[in-house]
Amino acid sequence: MAVKAEAVPIKSTRTIASSEVRYVVKVFFKRKLAVIGFVIILLLVLVAIFAPLLTPYDPIKVDSKNRLLQPSWSHPLGTDNTGRDTLSRIIYGTRTSLAVAFGAMGIATIAGVLIGLIAGYFGGIIYIVFMRFIDTLMSIPMLILALFLAAMFGGGLKNIIIALGISLTSIYARLMCGQVLAMKENDYILAMRSLGASDLRIMLRHILPNAFPPLLVMVTLQLGTMILAEAALSYIGIGIQPPTPAWGAMINSGYPYLFTQPVLSIAPGVAIALVVFGFNMVGDGLRDALDPKLRGVL
Amino acid sequence: MAAYIVRRIFQAIIVCVLVSILIFLSLRLLPADPLLIYITKSDAASYSPEMLDKLRHEMGLDKVLPLQYFDWVSKVVRLDLGNSFTFKQKVTELLLKRLPVSLHIGIIAFIISGVLGIIFGVLSGIRRGTWIDNVITPLSNLGVALPTFWLGIVLIYFFAFKWGWLPTYGYTSPFTDFWLSTKQLVMPVLVLMALPLCLVTRQARSSMLEAARQDYVRTAWSKGLSEKVVITRHILKNSLIPIITVIGMGVPHIFAGEVLVEMVFNIPGMGRMLIDAIMSLDYNLLQSGVLVITIVVVLSNLIVDISYSWVDPRVRY
Repeated sequence: MAVKAEAVPIKSTRTIASSEVRYVVKVFFKRKLAVIGFVIILLLVLVAIFAPLLTPYDPIKVDSKNRLLQPSWSHPLGTDNTGRDTLSRIIYGTRTSLAVAFGAMGIATIAGVLIGLIAGYFGGIIYIVFMRFIDTLMSIPMLILALFLAAMFGGGLKNIIIALGISLTSIYARLMCGQVLAMKENDYILAMRSLGASDLRIMLRHILPNAFPPLLVMVTLQLGTMILAEAALSYIGIGIQPPTPAWGAMINSGYPYLFTQPVLSIAPGVAIALVVFGFNMVGDGLRDALDPKLRGVL
Repeated sequence: MAAYIVRRIFQAIIVCVLVSILIFLSLRLLPADPLLIYITKSDAASYSPEMLDKLRHEMGLDKVLPLQYFDWVSKVVRLDLGNSFTFKQKVTELLLKRLPVSLHIGIIAFIISGVLGIIFGVLSGIRRGTWIDNVITPLSNLGVALPTFWLGIVLIYFFAFKWGWLPTYGYTSPFTDFWLSTKQLVMPVLVLMALPLCLVTRQARSSMLEAARQDYVRTAWSKGLSEKVVITRHILKNSLIPIITVIGMGVPHIFAGEVLVEMVFNIPGMGRMLIDAIMSLDYNLLQSGVLVITIVVVLSNLIVDISYSWVDPRVRY
């Protein structure tokens, strides 16, 4: 009986869902800035994947004969103080940046969503304990928390991803918890419960999908923050260890040559700004497309 | 209202206590030896195991964790944060020297970013689609994407190297040489305020647009009120709450930015101190610095929350 009662609404929500997706995609691609952002991100992901095909030079091998060359046809952005081609290093740096951003985001989203779901759904003492903990994490500025954790864990790709992931978890937990609290008392959740659905099923099949739109917006917007934070950590010198190409570290190591060869420091910063701008514009576009208040306005 | 403020202060104290527990535990539970709070790594390597055990006993590191925590907190409350072996002085004295420097730059950046943010946001909101909006909005979108430290380096390249208008780096107290101090402050403040300024501008613009759509604004217009009155008394006043939230969020941004700005411009403040502490693995200095910064942020959150009801009498507790 219960199975039959469920089968009908699920089928109809599927068709609504697909027209919903089509509507959101349509609104999203009507916005010029969102499309620009989307194209930037798409291009950068392709650059990261096909980095070896795009770069004629090794991003790591030291070439002491060609130190600090000015930009030329063979080295469009010149070479750094150990003779490595700047453009090649920026292209490989895309990999580092995106890997850290997506990795840290994965950790933060999964941990945050779980904490938020459990705290919001069960309420009571669990809610108080979890949310006090989240408030605590949130009151430490994100970058300083990441610095602190990175100093505790030590540098390296894996530790940086974990440190950044933990520092962002609180944002997702807070968001998710708010969503759950708002949704929990809705009639359809009560209906599901009266049909005998388990807590786990209600959380995963009904609450989580409904909280998905704001979560998606937050993830996209925070990917930019993540890239900035990774760049900051590697600029300070506790992020990705050399010789792995990382944009922040490149800005730092180019600084002594700022007067003679400003491109060494300035070019990686342009790359960072471009990615972050891309993610922000996609996030803004998604937010507007998914916002029910703006429906019909755009 | 008074009851709310008391409750909110109580909450803030709880958060401070929890932060202290978190910082305390992270030093004890993570792989690094907690003895490194008191001695440097190279010292630890040169001591014999018996001497290390003796030291552990002297520092109370062989007690159970809750006891260790109470030992530590009872000292913190008396403003005794121990010694920093990197700077060879008491952490409290060091903080008293470093915090004013950071606050000097930070408060200036905070005020300018808040005021200019509201002005820019209001201008681009009420003149939507005009050239003002077409300049401000793309710039504020770009501004939130720029890495702080990179902006600093670009400014140094132009203002200091190319044109030679401003000193490259350094910090001078305004009480010793006010003019030099101000010149040295220009670039750090510009860099530090960039992100909060753009965030406030974006928020102010969108809340202005939101409030301008409301019915009471149309009523105000149709009553024949002047544009100035409608904008300041009706639209702006009703869109202030989210703007104040974003201005308040500027405090953690400014503290985080301070770490980078003080590194770029070689300013002896809290941020620079944190980096030095990390580089020399001076865990005691690091935990004290993070604790102090967090307490300042918690206080600023408290002020923001309390100010809501002052700005908007509809907010009741």
